Amino acid sequence: MDTSLSWIKAYVPDLGCSAQEYTDAMTLSGTKVEGYKEFDKNLDKIIVGRINKIEKHPDADKLVVCQVQIDEEGTEVQIVTGAPNVKEGQKVPVVLEGGHVASSHKDGESEDGFKIKKGKLRGVESYGMMCSIEELGSNSNMYPDADPDGIYILSDNPAYAGAEIGSDAIGLLGLHDVVFEYEITSNRVDCFGVLGIAREAAATFGKKFVPPVVAKTGNNEDVNNYIKVEVENPELCPRYTARVVKNIKLAPSPEWMQRRLASVGIRPINNIVDITNYVMEEYAQPMHAYDLDTIEDRKIVVRKANAGEKFTTLDGQERELDDTMLMICDGKKPIGLAGIMGGENSMITDNVTTMLFEAATFDGTNIRLSGKKLGMRTDAQAKFEKGLDPNNAMEAMDRACQLVEELGAGEVVGGAVDIYPVKKEPVVIPYDADKINALLGTDIPEEEMTGYFEKIDLIVDKEGKTVTVPTWRQDLERLADLAEEVARFYGYDKIPVTLPKSTATTGGLTGKLKMEKIARTTAEAYGFCEGMTYSFESPKVYDKLCLDEDDILRKSIRISNPLGEDYSVMRTSALGGMLSSLANNYNRRNKNVRLYEIANIYIPKELPLTELPDERTMLAFGMYGAGDFFTMKGVVEAVLKKLGLDGITEYKPGSRKYLHPGRQADVIYNGKEIAYLGEVHPVVQKNFEIGERTYIAVIDLKTVMEMPSYTVKYKGVPKFPAITRDISLSMRKDVTAGEIEEIIRKRGGKILESYELFDIYEGSQILKGYKSLAYKIVFRASDRTLTDEEAGKVMDKIISSLAAKEVTLRQ
Amino acid sequence: MKDKLKKIMDNAIEQIDMAEQLDKLNDIKVAFLGKKGELTSLLKSMKDLAPEERPKAGQMVNEARARIDEKLETKKREFEKALLEEKLASEKIDITLPGTKLAEGHRHPNNITLEEVEDIFIGMGYQVVEGPEIEKDYYNFEALNIPANHPAKDEQDTFYITQDILLRTQTSSVQVHEMEKGKLPIRMIAPGRVFRSDEMDATHSPTFHQIEGLVVDKGITFADLKGTLQEFAKRLFGEDTRIKFRPHHFQFTEPSAEVDVSCFKCGGKGCRFCKGSGWVEILGCGMVHPHVLEMSGIDPEEYSGFAFGVGLERIALFKYEIDDMRLLYENDTRFLKQF
Repeated sequence: MDTSLSWIKAYVPDLGCSAQEYTDAMTLSGTKVEGYKEFDKNLDKIIVGRINKIEKHPDADKLVVCQVQIDEEGTEVQIVTGAPNVKEGQKVPVVLEGGHVASSHKDGESEDGFKIKKGKLRGVESYGMMCSIEELGSNSNMYPDADPDGIYILSDNPAYAGAEIGSDAIGLLGLHDVVFEYEITSNRVDCFGVLGIAREAAATFGKKFVPPVVAKTGNNEDVNNYIKVEVENPELCPRYTARVVKNIKLAPSPEWMQRRLASVGIRPINNIVDITNYVMEEYAQPMHAYDLDTIEDRKIVVRKANAGEKFTTLDGQERELDDTMLMICDGKKPIGLAGIMGGENSMITDNVTTMLFEAATFDGTNIRLSGKKLGMRTDAQAKFEKGLDPNNAMEAMDRACQLVEELGAGEVVGGAVDIYPVKKEPVVIPYDADKINALLGTDIPEEEMTGYFEKIDLIVDKEGKTVTVPTWRQDLERLADLAEEVARFYGYDKIPVTLPKSTATTGGLTGKLKMEKIARTTAEAYGFCEGMTYSFESPKVYDKLCLDEDDILRKSIRISNPLGEDYSVMRTSALGGMLSSLANNYNRRNKNVRLYEIANIYIPKELPLTELPDERTMLAFGMYGAGDFFTMKGVVEAVLKKLGLDGITEYKPGSRKYLHPGRQADVIYNGKEIAYLGEVHPVVQKNFEIGERTYIAVIDLKTVMEMPSYTVKYKGVPKFPAITRDISLSMRKDVTAGEIEEIIRKRGGKILESYELFDIYEGSQILKGYKSLAYKIVFRASDRTLTDEEAGKVMDKIISSLAAKEVTLRQ
Repeated sequence: MKDKLKKIMDNAIEQIDMAEQLDKLNDIKVAFLGKKGELTSLLKSMKDLAPEERPKAGQMVNEARARIDEKLETKKREFEKALLEEKLASEKIDITLPGTKLAEGHRHPNNITLEEVEDIFIGMGYQVVEGPEIEKDYYNFEALNIPANHPAKDEQDTFYITQDILLRTQTSSVQVHEMEKGKLPIRMIAPGRVFRSDEMDATHSPTFHQIEGLVVDKGITFADLKGTLQEFAKRLFGEDTRIKFRPHHFQFTEPSAEVDVSCFKCGGKGCRFCKGSGWVEILGCGMVHPHVLEMSGIDPEEYSGFAFGVGLERIALFKYEIDDMRLLYENDTRFLKQF
């Protein structure tokens, strides 16, 4: 929403403030001004001049030398111009030496404008410049009388022809003005019109609000002899008003109306179109004009469209309708898409003689949904969508007819059609100053509060302690709403600053968030950087991961209105994002990349969704460059330990399709899979365009959290000495370290403290097909000094169990 | 005997003084104090003395031994000190050579910022809670006073899964879950991921993060909201930070406000970060709408509350002067390693 300052001042005549003061004060009282543009910011020393004499330039065919009179006394300056449209006797805007213009013929518009200096053009001196409309910071769309290809000839416009020579041309053209851009919130439908904003401005600055006085209009005829209106769906069209104008004389609208429309970016067209637009801006009530002679049976029917009905809107587009959309029809056919756009078949043309003015209100939701379905969004629609006040429609209608008469645009037929079965009545809200103060934390006297209510035209009953709210303020429903009105006019900045005095509470993180923090810290200690990826991804990721057609990960939740296919499914694995991020880095030639992400995945319980899915928080690691499978395994081990899993973690060979078949592990704890890791399968690695061996690990934090040992307990520092035995074992290559360690754990009994693999050997010193593993095994008792015999017995047990697996002590 | 002793001693001390190396001292020690050393032999020869003279002679010999020993020790310490100095001098390194690069991980700027915010509110007694990202329409809209077909619903560009299951557009949904638990008072913040159907560019992303705050108790006022957010802003952006409350509209709060903080880059003078205004908008807030309390089973006559929602990226981008939001989701380590 935009308004110019001069338009606001038309209804708040006493308003006197700078653009910045207006911006600040309006924003603080709740009408947010997003910014403003001063039309004369870069315009200076521009006057009305008269071209007294034009001579050819002695050395240039395309230039002429003009003697331009710059005051009533007859002072002349010489100006050289290349403009083709100048003639002797014309009045033109002239920027004098030392003045400023907004844009230049050569360089276009500039932030700070251009200073005009005296100069020589092909050897002839020139003391200023005659201006085009662009040089004045506007364009010929907004000033239809201005020549688009030359100097703005003021004297061609009767409104300017009599301007005094030497007078301020900026003022003449209405450019000493400011346009404000507002952010209007959806609850303030009234402020989508200039009058609503002017009312706020008057209340904000404590000035008088003077809305236009709408006089009675119309001749002695009766509109009912011209048109009949039927509303078949009053629930979708609470009010329909219509009036008729005959003997239309199309002409440009007056300068003041053109300037106001242009100031808010609306291009002046002709008096009838301009009046429609003007009233829409002023009253926030869209209006539509139909050529009455195109309306068959002289009848308007407001009804729902038939499914599949075709209709061509006035932009020439044919549209297919469905049976929820509301149409304006004549006796035979549709002539307008209610609240959105009129039809090509009934629009006003240059040949119009009689027209029907429509001002109606429609159900906002219906208009919004219809517009959405048709892919349309017009200015009128944007207003109707908010749900307009039906009591405003007739006022706007009468205002439009008043302007028709004032502008001499036609003859208004007497009377009006008004289909308004259920009148909207104002609501009455009780107020309670103590409760308002209690909510705000203030001590504002009741008198002051009622003063604020009156400023915005609420009717205060001080006896009954109620306010009656005009229907244009449909956002005011209860005490809290009144508290906001008090707060914004009292000043949010004047409300005290306190801290809650109430019950003390203890704050903190949930167990899950604490765990995530530990995971982050540990991951970072191992050189991993935290990444973040989107929760939705392309279903193609599953193919890149080489998943089977029936893989459970493909059962993902689809977004019904995604940004595109690439962002259409909710991830069921953290890997897609991780591998894409690694690929980004690889592509940018980053070396030794290590990333981690704490990522939610979304596992549907069934598809399509009928209940919320299982959201699982995963800790994903990915790396390429320095390090291998065991680096990644070390990180997993460290993280699990830090997360309090100090029991036995088993690593079993895994079978995930996207990982290297011989280099992947499922991580089992307490019989449950809590994580997996491995080298990315070379095909997958290639699919993601990563050119190095890539390793990943994914820890399911939700499962980890469910593990019983998620507590760290102090076990004491050992008081008794340990006995350490080193053994070197020989075995077939396919025997895994995990199998050996399982035997050590099982047979080690209570005195087994720890074991550690310290050497792996495969080579010429050992039988072909065999390998050697060397372990350091530590025994300790917590209550006594262990004897060699005790340790020896346990070692014997271990060795005999190993022997059963054909694992022998290496000599 | 006495002369003999003196001679031995003088000889020993002279030799010690002249010694040039540490091992020479050992030789001297053996030569004088060893089993066959001069002093030992002298001691042995004491048996030739008259018994009454022996104690005195023994004492003299022991004194001499102690003196030689002491002299030896002193000389030894001198040698050791010199040796150490020589060693240290030889070990001098160029301390301007670069430090060893250890693998270092970095936290995402969003989370560094989030942790700061969490710490501030935990200090004020707030619980940090979470809620689901895929959410029911009821929690994201209806229970927040945004009924079906309300225009405010359209403004949020929602991603839908089904008619009534969606990707939450705001963390405000967590407010409702907390209020429904029925445990009062409430002081919570709920950080989390939200989704809006915006094409990605330098300032928009279809995924971003919010931090929701909610306090519900008896006697909570708008003034308390102002105080709380002022405290928050000062602790996050610095003690000199000023805040400005502007009236605004949200469906689930009344009165509502938007909050600007004085630009902490320029202190409010106006710079490119605050686009010359001196202020930066950081959050929306207000008093919980009585209808929202009612819907969650809380009596608005007895309880009141305030709520606020902060855009995490907004703060992170501003704080670190990051000019393109897309950088936050590309995970380029050259970017991530700067934090």
